[in-house]
Amino acid sequence: MKFIDEYQDSRLAKGLADQIARRSTRSIRLMEFCGGHTHAILRYGIRQLVPARVELRSGPGCPVCVTATADLDKAIALARLPGAIVTTFGDMMRVPGSASSLQQAKAEGADVRIVYSALDAIEMARANPEKEVIFVGIGFETTAPTIAASILKARREETTNFRVLSLNKLTPPVMKALLDSGEIQLDGIICPGHVSVVIGSAPYAFIPRDYGVACAISGFEPLDILLSVDRLVEQVEGGTPGVEIAYSRGVTADGNRKARELMDEVFEVGDANWRGIGIVPDSGLALREEYGRFDAEKAFPVSLQPPREPQGCRCGDVIRGTTTPSDCELFGKLCTPERPVGPCMVSSEGACAAYHQYGYPDISQGFESKT
Amino acid sequence: MGDSILLAHGSGGRLSHELVEKTLLPFVANQELNKLDDSAVFEASGRLAFTIDSYVVNPIFFPGGDIGRLAVCGTVNDLAMSGAGPLYLSLAAIIEEGFLLSELEQVMRSIKEAAQEAGVSIIAGDTKVVNRGQADKLFITTSGVGTVSPGVDIAGANARAGDKVLLSGTVGDHGIAVMSQREGLEFSMSLESDCAPLNGLVAGMLEISPRIHCLRDPTRGGLATTLNELARQSEVGIIVEEVTIPVRGEVRAACDLLGLDPLYVANEGKLVAVVDPGDADSVLAEMKRSNYGRDAAIIGEVTSEHPGKVMIRTRLGPSRILDMLSGELLPRIC
Repeated sequence: MKFIDEYQDSRLAKGLADQIARRSTRSIRLMEFCGGHTHAILRYGIRQLVPARVELRSGPGCPVCVTATADLDKAIALARLPGAIVTTFGDMMRVPGSASSLQQAKAEGADVRIVYSALDAIEMARANPEKEVIFVGIGFETTAPTIAASILKARREETTNFRVLSLNKLTPPVMKALLDSGEIQLDGIICPGHVSVVIGSAPYAFIPRDYGVACAISGFEPLDILLSVDRLVEQVEGGTPGVEIAYSRGVTADGNRKARELMDEVFEVGDANWRGIGIVPDSGLALREEYGRFDAEKAFPVSLQPPREPQGCRCGDVIRGTTTPSDCELFGKLCTPERPVGPCMVSSEGACAAYHQYGYPDISQGFESKT
Repeated sequence: MGDSILLAHGSGGRLSHELVEKTLLPFVANQELNKLDDSAVFEASGRLAFTIDSYVVNPIFFPGGDIGRLAVCGTVNDLAMSGAGPLYLSLAAIIEEGFLLSELEQVMRSIKEAAQEAGVSIIAGDTKVVNRGQADKLFITTSGVGTVSPGVDIAGANARAGDKVLLSGTVGDHGIAVMSQREGLEFSMSLESDCAPLNGLVAGMLEISPRIHCLRDPTRGGLATTLNELARQSEVGIIVEEVTIPVRGEVRAACDLLGLDPLYVANEGKLVAVVDPGDADSVLAEMKRSNYGRDAAIIGEVTSEHPGKVMIRTRLGPSRILDMLSGELLPRIC
């Protein structure tokens, strides 16, 4: 198929993999920030194509996974308010909170609905004027512009029963937090493609400059990822870390100004609570004062018990990249996609879900050679 | 707004009779059903196959079909996947108060056409009407009975190492066609559901090779889930080649957009066959002759390695596990 097949060509993939093998002389560790990349890497078998000395470690780029338990509890409490319709993206439904999940609340009578965009939630608000429609806004710089647009639309159309629980997060600040923590040594980062379409490549400049860590912005097709790995290996081997755009059909240095203007109009940068990481300064988006009436937290303050983290769950470590999913004792035993203990096993972008679905680490342990 | 179904249509009284005689029977009339007795009585001999399925698809009308066509084809296909030639169906409809009579007639027309195409008669039926909100427009349950020819032995546990795995055509058409109509997700495309009765295709295949080992229609959970079921039931491994699995361009594009994998998306007019390697080419040729098997392909084989597991050799070359569907298919958010 035009414009898909080209990026999945096995001959080109082999050529890139060979080039990576030729360039690479020592063990290095790369982090794919984005959960979408983790899935593509395992789905297409990219791990087996690149030399074992090039380690690929998943990072925190899964919006559902990084949502703090306390914030999830808040969403569940909002769903239980009489007359409320809570809308959210599908993956959020099944994530266990301290004592319940949105799915559980729904089964008990709360009105929780899956939407594909915040704009759908506005339609719902207009169709149900007697209800309060609350959109649980998660995601990175990718979902924030459309959430901002929906708030502007609600203001324009004077929709008074639409609110947003803003849990949106920002990518570069959390990368800085990970690098500052010193917990994990990285040689390079495969930077998120969709986020970079919005923010451009410039916001990553501090990473090679201040930390000497290589960056390559990658698309989500297998050849995009192999190309990014190749660019990173070259930067690392040559001792010339920088920020390369290996996704030039989507990303420019400046990104999408219009999308950023929408975000800036509606949101202001503030601290955010990340699962497994804690409060990261300037890494979240809160509604500006003048849009306060759309803020679900202000409209419906709920009091909550202190959050309880699931026992034995190492999602926090997986999110920080300090461990791999299969190193968690619960992985595949007590924690499965059917009975997830932590969010990384729930989300379609979660690292644990990817490892489980694609059968890792069985293959890396020699399963492959038998078939 | 046209006439709609009232609670009284389900009362068992005059309106019920009117509904049956004027709206329902004319579409599916046959000698047995017309008697309106408490049960249908028929002759049968030999080995019988018997199955039942309920249909709650949302929306009830979708490109390429509707709940009526689905309710006939689904049960006909369940019989066909046991190697049975379908004989008779029964059909029960649960209708939500307020459902439009014109829409009910449209569904009945589809039922009639699908039953004619499959060569089955509906010889028993039932209708209930429930309060608004107690059902979503229309739910249909069909059961079916068919006969299995002597010598035919088709079961999920019959796959053997060395067998070839055949697929009758493109995957994901039905699921994506239905999803394209869902609230909040409408996108326009030329794609239609593949919903079709497969008993004709199966009859042709059995004529070529009466010893087909397994047949299964990859409905909910898609091809990946069906292959896993067969691997588990037969305690064998299956390995498939990703590049041999036919997927329409529109389906791939929609799946890319939504973050889905076509191998997990539902089909309603496709089958997977596991056959002896010696029969594979002739069965494939026969499948390609059928309207519903034109894009058929050999997609993999059965192995004694990794019993209970399915491996897929990816487009890029390496292999990985192809697991069952977990949870629900949900579009991604980022």
